[in-house]
Amino acid sequence: MAGWANISQLKEKIAQGSAEEVTASYLERIKKSRTNAYTTVWEGAVEKAREIDEQGHNGPLAGIPIAIKDNISTRGISTTCSSKILQGYVPPYDAHIVERLKDAGAIILGKTNMDEFAMGTSTESSCYGPTLNPWDMERVPGGSSGGSAAVVAAGEAPLSVGSDTGGSVRCPAAFCGVVGLKPTYGTISRYGLISYANSLEQIGPLATCVSDIAALMDVIGGHDARDSTSVKTESVYKDALVDDVSGLRIGVPAEYFGAGIDPAVENSVWDAIQLFEELGASWEQVSLPHTSYALAAYYIIAMSEASSNLARFDGTRYGYRKEGENWHVMASRTRAEGFGAEVKRRILLGTYALSAGYHDKYYLKALKVRTLVKQDFEQAFREFDCLMTPTMPTPAFKLREKVEDPLALYLADVNTVPINLAGVPSISLPCGFTDGLPIGLQIIGKHFDEATVLRAAYSFEQNTEHHTRRPAEVA
Amino acid sequence: MVYENPDGVKIGLEIHVQLNKLNTKLFCGCSTDYHNAEPNTHVCPVCLGLPGSLPVLNKRAVEFAMKVGLALNCNIVEQTQFHRKNYYYPDLPKGFQTTQYDYPIASRGKVVIDGEDGERIIRITRAHMEEDPGKLLHMGSIEKSKGTLINYNRSGMALIEIVTEPDMRSPKEARRFLDKLRSILEYLDVFNGDLEGAMRVDANISVMGGDRVEVKNISSHKGVEKAALYEIMRQKNFVRRGGKVVLETRHFDEQRGVTLSMRSKEEEHDYRYFPEPDLVPMRVADRVPEVIKTLPELPDAKRERFTSQYGMADMHAKALTSDIKVANFYEHVALKVDPGAAAVWIADVLKGELNYRDISVDAFKVEDMAEIIELVTGNKITERSGVEIIRTILDNGGTPAAVVKEKGLIKVEDDIVTKAVTEALAENPEALQDYLGGKEKSLNFLVGQVMKKTAGRSDARTTREMLLERISELPPK
Amino acid sequence: MITKEEVEHVGWLARIEIHESEAQDYAEKLNAVLDYFGQLDEVDTENVPPTYHVADIVNVFREDVVRPSMPQEEVLANTGKKQEGNFLAPRIM
Repeated sequence: MAGWANISQLKEKIAQGSAEEVTASYLERIKKSRTNAYTTVWEGAVEKAREIDEQGHNGPLAGIPIAIKDNISTRGISTTCSSKILQGYVPPYDAHIVERLKDAGAIILGKTNMDEFAMGTSTESSCYGPTLNPWDMERVPGGSSGGSAAVVAAGEAPLSVGSDTGGSVRCPAAFCGVVGLKPTYGTISRYGLISYANSLEQIGPLATCVSDIAALMDVIGGHDARDSTSVKTESVYKDALVDDVSGLRIGVPAEYFGAGIDPAVENSVWDAIQLFEELGASWEQVSLPHTSYALAAYYIIAMSEASSNLARFDGTRYGYRKEGENWHVMASRTRAEGFGAEVKRRILLGTYALSAGYHDKYYLKALKVRTLVKQDFEQAFREFDCLMTPTMPTPAFKLREKVEDPLALYLADVNTVPINLAGVPSISLPCGFTDGLPIGLQIIGKHFDEATVLRAAYSFEQNTEHHTRRPAEVA
Repeated sequence: MVYENPDGVKIGLEIHVQLNKLNTKLFCGCSTDYHNAEPNTHVCPVCLGLPGSLPVLNKRAVEFAMKVGLALNCNIVEQTQFHRKNYYYPDLPKGFQTTQYDYPIASRGKVVIDGEDGERIIRITRAHMEEDPGKLLHMGSIEKSKGTLINYNRSGMALIEIVTEPDMRSPKEARRFLDKLRSILEYLDVFNGDLEGAMRVDANISVMGGDRVEVKNISSHKGVEKAALYEIMRQKNFVRRGGKVVLETRHFDEQRGVTLSMRSKEEEHDYRYFPEPDLVPMRVADRVPEVIKTLPELPDAKRERFTSQYGMADMHAKALTSDIKVANFYEHVALKVDPGAAAVWIADVLKGELNYRDISVDAFKVEDMAEIIELVTGNKITERSGVEIIRTILDNGGTPAAVVKEKGLIKVEDDIVTKAVTEALAENPEALQDYLGGKEKSLNFLVGQVMKKTAGRSDARTTREMLLERISELPPK
Repeated sequence: MITKEEVEHVGWLARIEIHESEAQDYAEKLNAVLDYFGQLDEVDTENVPPTYHVADIVNVFREDVVRPSMPQEEVLANTGKKQEGNFLAPRIM
């Protein structure tokens, strides 16, 4: 049984058996799953794997299955952002990263569940219903890439891809006990990623271990001429996998251990920091004074951009359509019925924040605060190589616990959104458990210094066992 | 003569110009060559606004826009960034238009036109880049239509929107401005005004210090003139009856020649501009010197050069330089024949014949024009025959030689005319006597007789001169 | 404070039909969030420039070279509402 195998283990299995067997075993497991983590399972996966067996493929991910978040465009495979408004939409083109994955020989297993249009922290706002946390089926997997994290945690895919606008890769990675990276803004082409808040978001990989994250980054990272914000980098992420943190200067921002933090989370993170110290790193407290304003600034910017990004869903060219006596009425009804409650709230708030009379008070103000948040990081990184914090202030919460209170849900993102405002890279990896629920450690790096983040994460993983624990419920 | 502008007319224009000489659209690689294509065949995920697609700016479009800005004597911006203009309309596949907002690529320029009373400076407020929406076809009238067909082939075409100050004082000045603008754009080789929808104009019109009224989406220069004439009349009448003109948007019904109010909930806008996160800022000011080097000689400069280099009248220079194709045609002809004669023949004759037929100078060959001018100046054919050859070629094709032969237009040799003069004088002694006795009209009779004998192949003026010469040589009786 | 009427106006701007019965609930939920956003008023942003882009990139261009467009049937494949190669929408107003 493939299940939780990593890339090198899978390569052995493929060499001894076949890619077809590996893919089939995952599909078998998906069939029995109760997590509701997939929105679409691709029926062509087995045949594609057989093709690779027959024709051979020397790509770095030849025959390795992968799951893709439902907001990333896949040619010929339904892509809906877990929204009713995109029901029936089958893209005619592949996202840049999907092209890269196919070229590398990866087998797409299917599309993963998410909060509708990536707007959420629990994967409960999906039109397909919530994804369940493999560690406790009464709890949320985090979000918005809840499906992408849950499939890796449940052994329903060895690797997956999510997107992170304000923590959407790292939050579910933390809640599901897997590794998730949000790279520096501009590192991975967004071509084909259906925008929620385009100045903030990045595609990010999820996996059971840091080395698989690096391997995936080597495939999907790098410049793409179709994304104007894509940066020319020549990183080889695998080179960062060195078990050595001696001399590493760690900053610990006090603001990230604020009110509402679960004591078990706090303890696990401090244990982790202590371990780094034992391994030769040093740490010091640091202050990022504008952290408490980051959340409001983030939501204003994200909602403003979203209100424009989601304007194209009007029923005219694709997706859901509710007729009306004229085009404007049709668009208004289509959008009223096609979008869920939270998406509509965010569009309305974003529209309001950009509208005449409020633009400066909300939108422009938020962008100025963004500058201050970014400067906090720049200041901190003059003294430190990386920062360490809890990814989420608590472990996974119960299903429906926060559905009715949007603001409470927003507050859960307090430790992840500042990173997106600044555009810096950050990883979440398992650093402990409380009552059987995983806890995530967040390591934040300088712009384009994924190498340090990966090296620290890899070293931690080499010296701990947390990442090897598997949820009993799905074993 | 000073133009008084009795109604206090002020006209400002917003002109949307398609940079249709680009190979591709503004933000994607789709071809701009869609005018005769099937609907929705020149689109891709980007210009169709498919979820997840991203724009990438066409470098040459920026160069074109800079050229236009410089040709309109504008300043080019140091740094700029595209914005999103958010509004809902079915021709807008993303639900916003990508455009420039607070920093247009070019601003504060001017264009000189021939105004009501001599040269007039029209100030250019700004020129900014943006994308064209798709095209809607209403099945029936816009209000009662059964449905709307949408073709996105035009979606994403690069536009430059040129905004003037309200410096035009009459519909005629507005039209002259548009003619001049088109001329400049075609000189720059960024624009083909013959293509459908290549230039669309919104006109802001006010009278007697009242609020301006915006007439939207007029598709021809003539239409702008007509819409402005109608709107001035409407506003004057309205004020005369005690009304007060208020800021509003109107639509021009080209067929009926009237403007109609289009106030409705759908027209209320709050565009919520903000910088397009998917496009990065551009800093192009340092490229200005390089772009200036690529600017061609523009109409005003060419007009001056034509008068000084070819010694032609300013009137002819103006006529020859308003259209780059005519100017180039002229210069090619002037290499082969007398430039002075060429100026007269092309400005006064050929251009008129082309305008009358509404065809381009491309329809006429440089060699044919040169040959016709040679024939006339060499005294082989009459001027009237020259005009006839031009008309025949334009209507039926052929070459000057063939037309001359077919119609027997070669001027009769002088000795034949001389012979006819001698004969006519011998056969009509009474007429000669009458003339010598002071009856001027009798000379006309004699001219007629000579022309009859030569079957019209001699011209009246030459015949008259020859007759007078011969009469003066006659021995006194 | 966003009023019921403003909620309806914003709903129209965003082309989201809001029934009268929903407007009050929207107003309450939106106001809770707007109250929270109000905390930014505390931050001194005098002389602080806005950050529109985190990456410091300028001048990204594409050459003016034609790339293939999509075939018409693929363009129209995601809608049932089409006519003679066009998308079909209700009348505009």
